[in-house]
Amino acid sequence: MSERVEVTLSINGRDYPLRLEPRRTLLDAIRDECGLTGTHMGCEHGVCGACTVLLDGQPIRACLMFAVQAEGAAIRTIEGLAAGDALNPVQRAFIAHHGVQCGFCTPGFLMLATGVLARDPDISDDELREVLSSNLCRCTGYQNIVTAVRAALAELRGGAA
Amino acid sequence: MKPAPFAYHRPTTLDATLRLLAELAPQEGRVLAGGQSLAPMMAFRLARPAHLIDINAVAGLNGLAVRERGLRVGAGVRHAEFHRPVVDGPLGVMLASIVRHIAHYPIRMRGTFCGSLAHADPAAEWCVVAVTLDAELVAVGIKGERVIPAAGFFRGPMETTLEPDELLCEARLPLLPDDTRFGFAEFSRRAGDYAQAMALAVLHLEGTLITAARVGLGGVEAVPRRVAAAETILEGEVPGAEAFNAAAAAAAAAIEPLQDPQTDAQYRRELTHAMVYRALMRACPPPGAQR
Ligand SMILES: Cc1cc2nc3c(=O)[nH]c(=O)nc-3n(C[C@H](O)[C@H](O)[C@H](O)COP(=O)(O)OP(=O)(O)OC[C@H]3O[C@@H](n4cnc5c(N)ncnc54)[C@H](O)[C@@H]3O)c2cc1C
Ligand code: FES
Ligand code: FES
Repeated sequence: MSERVEVTLSINGRDYPLRLEPRRTLLDAIRDECGLTGTHMGCEHGVCGACTVLLDGQPIRACLMFAVQAEGAAIRTIEGLAAGDALNPVQRAFIAHHGVQCGFCTPGFLMLATGVLARDPDISDDELREVLSSNLCRCTGYQNIVTAVRAALAELRGGAA
Repeated sequence: MKPAPFAYHRPTTLDATLRLLAELAPQEGRVLAGGQSLAPMMAFRLARPAHLIDINAVAGLNGLAVRERGLRVGAGVRHAEFHRPVVDGPLGVMLASIVRHIAHYPIRMRGTFCGSLAHADPAAEWCVVAVTLDAELVAVGIKGERVIPAAGFFRGPMETTLEPDELLCEARLPLLPDDTRFGFAEFSRRAGDYAQAMALAVLHLEGTLITAARVGLGGVEAVPRRVAAAETILEGEVPGAEAFNAAAAAAAAAIEPLQDPQTDAQYRRELTHAMVYRALMRACPPPGAQR
């Protein structure tokens, strides 16, 4: 075991002061140290995307970053998407278009889509499909996920116009 | 699937980074850039560094600018910055079209251009770009700086001529004249996977003839490289299916193919042929063709 270090993670607007080993990934810290288990753990080597969170607004793989590296960054997880009982547009679209089956991949897709739509509202449909290929879903066959994210994007554009 | 213990260092200046590297490289210290290759290797325990020197907080590494007819890409520049052209002209468009083949969007948010080169996967897109364009790679250590031509940088899979205590601090890519034509093609079974073969073709025409040709290959041999056998066939020829097929056949014959359970030598030669042909066709599509 290596020496523990002090780190404060800022997750969904709340500070979590932690003492942990540098080898703890951001994913481990979010789930085990902060108790936010909505972020899922799949492959732990960057392939599946179940662990996707937003780091200063950017969707990233939480399993490919060490928690010590995230000091000072604003982290957003699935627990921070809804405002009280009001779901965000991507969450609502996943329900309306049946983008969820077993739900294992869902937090990762919601964070991915939320991050990409906020960063790049002008994204083309081809690019959107390419982005959604980042994460693995073993249930839905992707079609309803694509439909849901397109619907959320349309709502976002409609609202902005 | 958990990394082995290590000590973490987060320098904020280049000087401090180089001093840490000089001290810790002999004690299994390593640079941590985007972490998109190193973190998985540590999770699998294929890498067990005792020290990680994180360069993400180092000031001055994020440069991405044109100087002396070259694009300079600093060690902090991430893949995602190339999603839109970073320079006017063919080079910016080329990099923007190639970056989409690298891993996935969230991985491109973190992974760096220079980290790809230092990691030296035989199928890394940026490595193919670097050798095809004859990029210059700038290595720094406490003893000073040296400029390594891309053709002398890659030594084997995940092996380069960087010293363990050197930082790859910048890659310099030559700008391309406005009339440069290029085409890129790669084959992989799933979007975002490392490719089983890829080719980049860069052509100059005068009148109706090809006057200069570069053909680079990745994912087919232990190191990415230009294939002279294909390039010489193209020079002086009229672009089109006949010349492109001959060049593709020459490239496929010239390689010493990597072999893996998915791809035997013969299949890799056939993929090489197909990728070189497609890259050339994309560089110079026949009149009226879609793409
Ligand atoms: C699921 C998945 C799919 C991927 N698919 C592709 C793909 O299709 N094509 C592709 O090209 N890549 C792919 N990658 C890898 C990705 O592009 C990495 O970002 C890249 O290989 C390494 O860059 P990095 O900045 O993340 O480096 P790190 O992971 O931080 O480091 C990699 C290695 O390089 C060394 N290093 C890094 N930067 C420097 C430097 N400046 N000076 C000296 N040494 C340095 C490190 O010490 C380490 O040994 C994939 C990764 C994943 C997880
Ligand atoms: S758990 Fe992070 S990508 Fe699979
Ligand atoms: S809904 Fe089951 S993995 Fe996607």
